[in-house]
Amino acid sequence: MSGTSNFQSNSKVVNWIEHRLPILSFLDSQLHQYPTPRNLNYFWNFGSLAGIVLVIMIVSGITLAMHYAANTEIAFTSVERIMRDVNAGWLIRYIHMNGASMFFIVVYIHIFRGLYFGSYKAPREILWMIGIFILLAMMATAFMGYVLPWGQMSFWGATVITNLFSAIPLVGESITTWLWGGFSVDNPTLNRFFSLHYLLPFMIAGVVVLHVWALHVVGQNNPAGVEVKDVKRDTVPFTPYATIKDGSAMIFFLIFFAWFIFFVPNYLGHADNYIDANPLVTPAHIVPEWYFLPFYAILRAIPSKLGGVIAMFGSIAILAFLPWLDTSKVRSASFRPVYKVLFWAFVLVCIGLGYLGAKPAEGGYVTASRLLTFFYFAFFAILPFLGWFEKTKPVPASIADAVLAKNGGSAAAMAGAAAHSKS
Amino acid sequence: MNVKSKISLSIVSVALAAAIGFAAPAQAAGDQKKPPRQSWSFAGAFGHYDRAQIQRGFQVYREVCQACHSLKRVAFRNLHEKGGPEFTEGQVKALAEQYEIPDINDSGEAVKRKGKPSDKFPLIYANDEAAKAAQGSIPPDLSVIAKARSYERGFPLFLLDAVPGFSYQEHGADYIVALLTGYTKADDPNWNEYFPGHKIGMAKPLNNDQVEYTDGSPKTVEQYAKDVAAFLMWAAEPKLEERKKTGFNAMVFLFIFAGLMFFTKKKVWADQPH
Ligand code: HEC
Ligand code: HEM
Repeated sequence: MSGTSNFQSNSKVVNWIEHRLPILSFLDSQLHQYPTPRNLNYFWNFGSLAGIVLVIMIVSGITLAMHYAANTEIAFTSVERIMRDVNAGWLIRYIHMNGASMFFIVVYIHIFRGLYFGSYKAPREILWMIGIFILLAMMATAFMGYVLPWGQMSFWGATVITNLFSAIPLVGESITTWLWGGFSVDNPTLNRFFSLHYLLPFMIAGVVVLHVWALHVVGQNNPAGVEVKDVKRDTVPFTPYATIKDGSAMIFFLIFFAWFIFFVPNYLGHADNYIDANPLVTPAHIVPEWYFLPFYAILRAIPSKLGGVIAMFGSIAILAFLPWLDTSKVRSASFRPVYKVLFWAFVLVCIGLGYLGAKPAEGGYVTASRLLTFFYFAFFAILPFLGWFEKTKPVPASIADAVLAKNGGSAAAMAGAAAHSKS
Repeated sequence: MNVKSKISLSIVSVALAAAIGFAAPAQAAGDQKKPPRQSWSFAGAFGHYDRAQIQRGFQVYREVCQACHSLKRVAFRNLHEKGGPEFTEGQVKALAEQYEIPDINDSGEAVKRKGKPSDKFPLIYANDEAAKAAQGSIPPDLSVIAKARSYERGFPLFLLDAVPGFSYQEHGADYIVALLTGYTKADDPNWNEYFPGHKIGMAKPLNNDQVEYTDGSPKTVEQYAKDVAAFLMWAAEPKLEERKKTGFNAMVFLFIFAGLMFFTKKKVWADQPH
């Protein structure tokens, strides 16, 4: 790993442990001395925020599971009991409910950060692909979690999404029956979803370890998009610099999170999920949670069911190929005038798709969804060619130069600061 | 961003807006009439229930709605608890005793006994089938109805609903008021201006002077509707006051913490160009 450790100790106990398991020097190199580019902006805090939300979700989730009952007869009632009778149950549930949305807000910003600054490019391809895998696992977890309260949207959302698998030729119907554990979404489905919803976050935690490992091998990208050349001039040690910045970002984020928990806890949810699941009554509009809406719009934009399913999964899978689709040598959009426009257009397309996903699939909405689905994929189709004809701006020679250009300071000041850097 | 890229971005945005915009008329056709916005004591960051109002609302529920609608997730004792109507313990005990609760006696026979404060409100109909046979359509349980109903605010208002200072979470209560006052065709008691599809299985349940208020509040359909909606909001969200109070304390703590963190961060980074 790239973290340079000159870890030394006079303590006998520490050295005794070190000789048997060098975990203290490992932590020292990864969390203390680990060099981080000095020019990172606050968009680089969303990775650690995602990690914090994951911990919050696991802790609140385990507490909820102590009171929740995964049985179609009593699931809804057990959730209402948590809201009414369990001490601070309303708090735990609102944390978990809104935490899922926070997780996606944070991770979507984290991903768009990567898109803007070209963080997926060599040598960070594996880091990026692990990230996409985390996104998929998060989606599966969130989808199954939403089924657990067994409200109307739980039931009908589960029905619509599991039915997608029946579009697979030949084996589709059997797969769907197998997923359900019966001939419709019912008690066996709820039971297995609970089991998997409990399991997946721990798998995500495991994959996050790989993600951070990969990160610590190649080091962080940065707003200038140039690699670290000189550790002294270009970087600062993780502690105290990144630690205190991540810590501040965490508190800013918790303010945002707390606003939703305490003052608008049902804003991000859907009223229909406060109605008990009823297989005999179909809701007027079946709408997934907001973070699935862009993908839901893509699904419904394609006239054929199988085609829709392929387009939907394809819209996520294609992100994994980004490192090879983008042919530009320059990473950061700051120096890519055309890509910058393309990027913001892509952001707008995703927001537009999200809006359309919440609307009924009829009339003008379908036409608009098709148009935006086309734009969504067009982004990935244009990228390979962009690398050839785009005139990029000159890239700074180093991170230190980029910082100097911004601050107008002198190289001497930088060298002085590096020499005194606290570590 | 240079001028050229700004122009291209604007063109893209306009194209997108147009793409979504021409989709909008499709929505107008099936549009539901939006319930008028009421002013509620429990709205906003410092909201709390108006005790007198939810006590009156409970009276309306008991004397009118209870003929058809159950309240099965609410226990009698809840009516005494903090943050609710806060009836006295004695009142709640006397009230519970007026209800018959199905139970099993010592020899295993199904019996009915007098209610206790720890009991929940009993069902009105044994099951949905019985309810439907009696009423033509199923009267939903009202315990969480105030959170189980909403209406579309439309773009861009729905974005505003989450913003501090403008936050709006009372769609359900507003809908209930609109529904109960929405019987605007004198010749058709089942026509409702706000019910999706307008044909509702619940005939106009409220009329002026139907419920005897003792605190001098107006005995009008509007007042009854508002009071019962407020009561149902409490039934659906009995911890609302505790939530908002805890939230205020949490915010004070977090803002102070954030300030300290921010200045510590500035201090730590002061000697590092970045
Ligand atoms: C005579 C029986 C009866 C009485 C009394 C009655 N309701 Fe209803 N209510 C019904 C029935 C039946 C439905 C179902 C209507 C339908 O689905 O078409 C219903 C539906 C409702 C709904 C749900 C509407 C929707 O959007 O689905 C609400 C809210 C409601 N009633 C509130 C009340 C309140 C509050 C009162 C007391 C003021 C009340 N009802 C009194 C029979 C009654
Ligand atoms: C559970 C979810 C996730 C957690 C906990 C997580 C955690 C982290 C952390 C702590 C960092 C380092 C801080 C930073 O640079 O932001 C990081 C970096 C990174 N993550 Fe994630 N991540 C998650 C999901 C994802 C996803 C879904 C993707 C993308 C597709 C992704 C792509 C990346 C990339 C490319 C980097 C390196 C960024 C850079 O240095 O520029 N991550 N992640």
